[in-house]
Amino acid sequence: MKPLQPVTAQARISYGIGFFALFVAAWAIATLGGFVPKLFLASPITMVEEGWQLMTVHGFAFDIAITIWRVVGGFVLAAIIALPLGIMMGAYKPIEAFFEPFVSFARYLPASAFIPLLILWAGIGETQKLLVIFIGSFFQLVLMIAVAVGGVRRDLVDAAYTLGSSDRSVVTRVLLPNAAPEIAEILRMVLGWAWTYVIVAELIGSSSGIGHMITDSQALLNTGQIIFGIIIIGLIGLISDFLFKWANQHLFPWAAR
Amino acid sequence: MSKLSIEAVGKLFPARGATEPTRALTPTTLAIAANDFITILGPSGCGKSTLLRIVAGLETASEGRVLLDGQPVMGPGADRGMVFQSYTLFPWLTIIENIAFGLRERGVSERERRDVARSWAERVGLKGFENHFPKQLSGGMQQRTAIARALANDPKILLLDEPFGALDNQTRALMQEMLLGIWEREQKTVMFVTHDVEEAIFMASRVVVMSARPGRIKADIAVDLPHPRPYTIKTSSDFVALKERLVEEIRVEVVGMH
Repeated sequence: MKPLQPVTAQARISYGIGFFALFVAAWAIATLGGFVPKLFLASPITMVEEGWQLMTVHGFAFDIAITIWRVVGGFVLAAIIALPLGIMMGAYKPIEAFFEPFVSFARYLPASAFIPLLILWAGIGETQKLLVIFIGSFFQLVLMIAVAVGGVRRDLVDAAYTLGSSDRSVVTRVLLPNAAPEIAEILRMVLGWAWTYVIVAELIGSSSGIGHMITDSQALLNTGQIIFGIIIIGLIGLISDFLFKWANQHLFPWAAR
Repeated sequence: MSKLSIEAVGKLFPARGATEPTRALTPTTLAIAANDFITILGPSGCGKSTLLRIVAGLETASEGRVLLDGQPVMGPGADRGMVFQSYTLFPWLTIIENIAFGLRERGVSERERRDVARSWAERVGLKGFENHFPKQLSGGMQQRTAIARALANDPKILLLDEPFGALDNQTRALMQEMLLGIWEREQKTVMFVTHDVEEAIFMASRVVVMSARPGRIKADIAVDLPHPRPYTIKTSSDFVALKERLVEEIRVEVVGMH
């Protein structure tokens, strides 16, 4: 192997699948070979059986749908407010000076620590779940969008001014299109983080969703179901990531690396 | 009356902490006649770019004022087109959209924008590349686009800040001929900053030589070489004599700094 030498597309795919296979094989040997007690870790075969049971008998598809709805709902709410605020902060330094210290502070408040408080305020219904996602993603989004917008090359702004741009059109015709691919990338990343918050929110005071199923299965010592739930989350994450990447490539062909 | 008059314009960068304020430009006075091609020649860091940026309105003068057609310059505007040394095309716009950027700011109709931009793309030799993105073009082609973008706005004066500084020698020579050809045809007032003596002479109807920092004008030399100027003129005896004189002027400055 030479440092930084690229691999072909085919090799890349087979290597990637190779590790998945190796991982499942190690898991199968550990469980089916009797090295790990069944009580602690279900075998891949049990996991698939349990998963099938979940989908066909227990209506797990509904739980998946409700979890997706919560993540997307809370995330979209956060993005709707974070986008204009982040853009304003990135473009106008006094606005940034006003909000940035507080947002930087709020960003480190763990969303999961708000759950007891949010249950007190909003009950254990959907509002509470959405609020957890909102708190978890909003402050991150604002800060990162502000940095993306403010990170424009100074000479591009100078060029726009010498071409007759007004202050307003420097924001709309230079700062925004310049930051757009990075903002899309930020949305993709933070959506991934929102997935961790939703499961935590569903572990406490919930009667539906993937997280709720996982707590229920823990009470029944059904590790097969737990692992199936975790794998489903991974798969959804992978799919949404792929969709975002695909959309970005088509929306911003000029930025492709 | 001159097209552009620079009246005792100076620049002082304010003190930072314990350091003294730095003088980048001693008060400088310079008048540029309509349709003149002035090159500002000086060693690196002599304040020539600062002077150009003050004329563009991108920096404020610490003293003095700049008048364009008798009107004081207050900030950047479309009447002073600028080409930068760095590649400043908007990467998200195609070549034709980049050239039309200023026209769109002025609210020119889409049809007219396309016509003007196409015609400029052709005049700078970019026919066939209209729908490419900047990153698909070489450095020389990007600077051609930047020149077309500035000229499509039909500015009163074209300001260029070492526009060919990052290009290789062959490309640079081609770009000089192209820009000179445009100037000969279109009749524009041009202010061109460079540290390259040959470039300064080849392009100019007048070379203004600046001293090392803090910058001031130390020579103002008319170039009476005939137009149109083919690149072969660079080996003519008049050209070589002028070059020797200017090299000496600059050398004194650079030696003085070390």
